[in-house]
Amino acid sequence: MIVRVGMADAQAAQTEDSLRTLGLGSCVGVALYDPVAKIGGLAHIMLPDHAGREDAPLAKFADTGVPFALTLMEQLGAVRRRITAKLAGGAQMFAGTGNDSLRVGPRNVEAVYKALGASSIAVIAADVGDHYGRTIELFCTDGRLSVRSARSGETWL
Amino acid sequence: MSEFVINQATTDLLREIGNIGAAHAATALSQMIGEPVNMRVPWVELVPFDDVTAVLGGPEQVVACVYLTVRGDITGSMFFVQSVPAAKILISELLSDVTPGDSFSELELSALAEMGNIMSATYLSSLIDLTNLQMQPSVPMVAVDMAQAVLAVGLSQDALVGNYALVIHATIHHLRASEDAHFFLLPDPGAERRLLTALGMGSAQ
Repeated sequence: MIVRVGMADAQAAQTEDSLRTLGLGSCVGVALYDPVAKIGGLAHIMLPDHAGREDAPLAKFADTGVPFALTLMEQLGAVRRRITAKLAGGAQMFAGTGNDSLRVGPRNVEAVYKALGASSIAVIAADVGDHYGRTIELFCTDGRLSVRSARSGETWL
Repeated sequence: MSEFVINQATTDLLREIGNIGAAHAATALSQMIGEPVNMRVPWVELVPFDDVTAVLGGPEQVVACVYLTVRGDITGSMFFVQSVPAAKILISELLSDVTPGDSFSELELSALAEMGNIMSATYLSSLIDLTNLQMQPSVPMVAVDMAQAVLAVGLSQDALVGNYALVIHATIHHLRASEDAHFFLLPDPGAERRLLTALGMGSAQ
């Protein structure tokens, strides 16, 4: 089964299942994996910092979304110290200057690294930045991450 | 989530604004290319983030997109979006030589940006005339990529609450294109109240 992860959403799955999120631009897909339990987690992060707000899904922000996705995995039986992360997205889709909202991709990536560091999760692969959109799918059987883009087809992390 | 409830009067007003703005934009486009441009009835909705790209064929559909931010009394994002073939047809009205296939030359992208620019400026200036509110468009920016990846720039705004966006959507149809071109105006939360007030239809509260 393919578990669909929407924008500002996070899901966990295991064994034969995969987790997929579509059309990451400045958003960052955080793919988490416990190779022993074969449990995966995927979060579609839109902004760096929830800044005290409680009016939005936890997975919308890097600082709340990463711990939330880890908790979902632990509820399925994943063990924190075995979990590693792969990242994709965080692009700057439009070239331009003087507009802070254009820089949200790089800021998201930075915030995701920070949040993972705070949870002692190592990033073992990343395809982030640049100027194109990505669709990703995490396979829970082996933790492979498929990264597809309109520009360069499919690559694997 | 209470901020998200919009009533029928507000919806009607915003639809009328989309109607007026897009009609002027369509006229501007028609004058530019010397061909008739039709407009369809616009809609206004609170749309979950995941569904914003539905009218474009879904999150992964590759689209040609012109994006501007709006500043002033009303702030928000504006997008002029269409399929790659539809964009090629439009560009061919201005440039004699258009690259076949899905890629765009720099010149083609700037032609598209300029058309988006003129239409968006016309859209906004009709709203300025109507409301006497200030609205300034930014420099237009262009991207050709997955629909959700490009529209996300308007959704990844700190001002937006939850995972819904207020979308004022209008479609126009230009000559030989088999698909519609889309205008998305995403006003930041609170903008609808300022518009209502400016038109004498509500209080500042």
